[in-house]
Amino acid sequence: MNAPIANPVRPAFDRTLREDTVIVSIGPSHPATHGTIQIFTELDGERVVRADVHCGYLHRGFEKECEDHTWHNLIPYVDRLNYCSALVNDFAYCDAVERLMGIEITPRCRYLRTLLSEYSRVADHLTCVAASLMELGAMTAFLYLVMLRDWIYEHLADLTGARVTYTYGRIGGLARDLPEGWLARLHEILAKYEEFVARVHGLMDRNRIFIERTRDVGVISAADAINWGYTGPILRSTGVARDLRRDTPYLAYAELDFEVPVGIKGDNYDRYYVRMREMDESVHMIRQLVEMLPDGPVSVDDRRCTLPDKRLVYTEIESLINHFKLVTDGPQVPAGEIYVAHESPNGELGFYLVSTGGGTPWKVHVRAPSFVHMGGAHLMLEGYQLADLIPTFGSINMIGGECDR
Amino acid sequence: MSAVFDRIKDAFAREAPGAAVSHGILVLAVAPADVLAVVARLKEEFGFDLFLDVTAVDWPGEPLRFEVVWHFYSTRDFVRVRVKTRVPEADPTVDSLVPLYGAARFMERECHDMYGIVFRGNADLRPILLYEGFVGHPLRKDYPKGREQPLVPYREDPR
Repeated sequence: MNAPIANPVRPAFDRTLREDTVIVSIGPSHPATHGTIQIFTELDGERVVRADVHCGYLHRGFEKECEDHTWHNLIPYVDRLNYCSALVNDFAYCDAVERLMGIEITPRCRYLRTLLSEYSRVADHLTCVAASLMELGAMTAFLYLVMLRDWIYEHLADLTGARVTYTYGRIGGLARDLPEGWLARLHEILAKYEEFVARVHGLMDRNRIFIERTRDVGVISAADAINWGYTGPILRSTGVARDLRRDTPYLAYAELDFEVPVGIKGDNYDRYYVRMREMDESVHMIRQLVEMLPDGPVSVDDRRCTLPDKRLVYTEIESLINHFKLVTDGPQVPAGEIYVAHESPNGELGFYLVSTGGGTPWKVHVRAPSFVHMGGAHLMLEGYQLADLIPTFGSINMIGGECDR
Repeated sequence: MSAVFDRIKDAFAREAPGAAVSHGILVLAVAPADVLAVVARLKEEFGFDLFLDVTAVDWPGEPLRFEVVWHFYSTRDFVRVRVKTRVPEADPTVDSLVPLYGAARFMERECHDMYGIVFRGNADLRPILLYEGFVGHPLRKDYPKGREQPLVPYREDPR
């Protein structure tokens, strides 16, 4: 065995710039670091002079592991990237593989994936907003939002069988169609959403304490945001109306009516408000999608990727062989490389896949928005109070699974 | 979309002669020495202001073993471009894009962790997803999945 390591992390600075400042390490085991992040800060009193953000505590070799699994078998791993909106990861990954294989998904699947992506976005934003409000002491607003989120989680569990990591996407379609009564319950939850989010608006929007803690705190300019690779709600909070759903439409987004909400200053208040408005737009989209949802199969009839009906596997030799080959060898993906990006709740979630032809990927790389956002996080922390570090960090919505992979 | 791509292809006819569109993305394969200049022009002249990603692909056995791959997005034209270059195992060095994009700082650190690519000009290539003392580059194909790494010992109780 190799010799033990003295210190696994080397901070960017180990001595202070001035004599009256002090270096404080925050995390990785701190309730407000969402599990796994460490921030070295140089403090002048309670003001952050410098910050050095360290991630990697949740690194579990996702990309290495993918190279050892068939294209289908790695879908559960993909779920665990952004575990607040696992369906978006599923669909982005499946979309990339399908394009590489030249498969066009069925209309019902296309609308269902769009609907579920938006539904996941609501759940993800609810989590983020609820957590950052709670970190400012707004317990009632937190409970309202998390209650809503839990109804959504249970509703998705009815559909997929799991509460958080769904593994619901399949290459060429979906695991199964909607159960009976699912859309009726969806309408009930959306009505509840409106009731409870209106209450949160009433509690927070013009609340003096909330405004004092969030306005002009954690500001990032539009130019900085673009230079540091920010996408999603953080970029939009600076006033840049960039949204992949609008700019490079995929799935069924080209047919939907929706707005791209933007902020003014790029501070914590704007990030809160952009997320709240985005959820409204998502609900608006979900209602349109329910009206548009066509009948038909959810998976393509293509023996290269879709498993045959179980009844046929037991009675027919061709289906048995087909099933066997798909499970042991995996779907055969032609050689090539592709980069596909979806607008995940946090920003541009990109999958860069390289195939050499065959059932296992040569490389699966994820362009994870959370990781990129950590690269510029010091810009939003430096110059503000130590107590602002937690709400600012919360408003970035770093998801460890996606950041560290 | 194709109009922008045609203009880029013409502009880089010398640096990237085989430029072609693949799955909606323009792919420019350039020599390592040209990377910084090509990307600087892509940013200044063609508006590719968003640095999306940098990673590498390992092709063991080939003379130029590592393929370094960058993705850029234009928030003006809504198109993506992929820049690739090949470097040998003996000297896996390319120019850093930190002078052009802040976002390159973290992503080059990750690529350095995983593949051992050296980004000339990035002063901060400390481990980011891995840790100090980690031996090897795990996404290289010759890194065995089950290899054991040195452990971080428990701290002694100071009392």
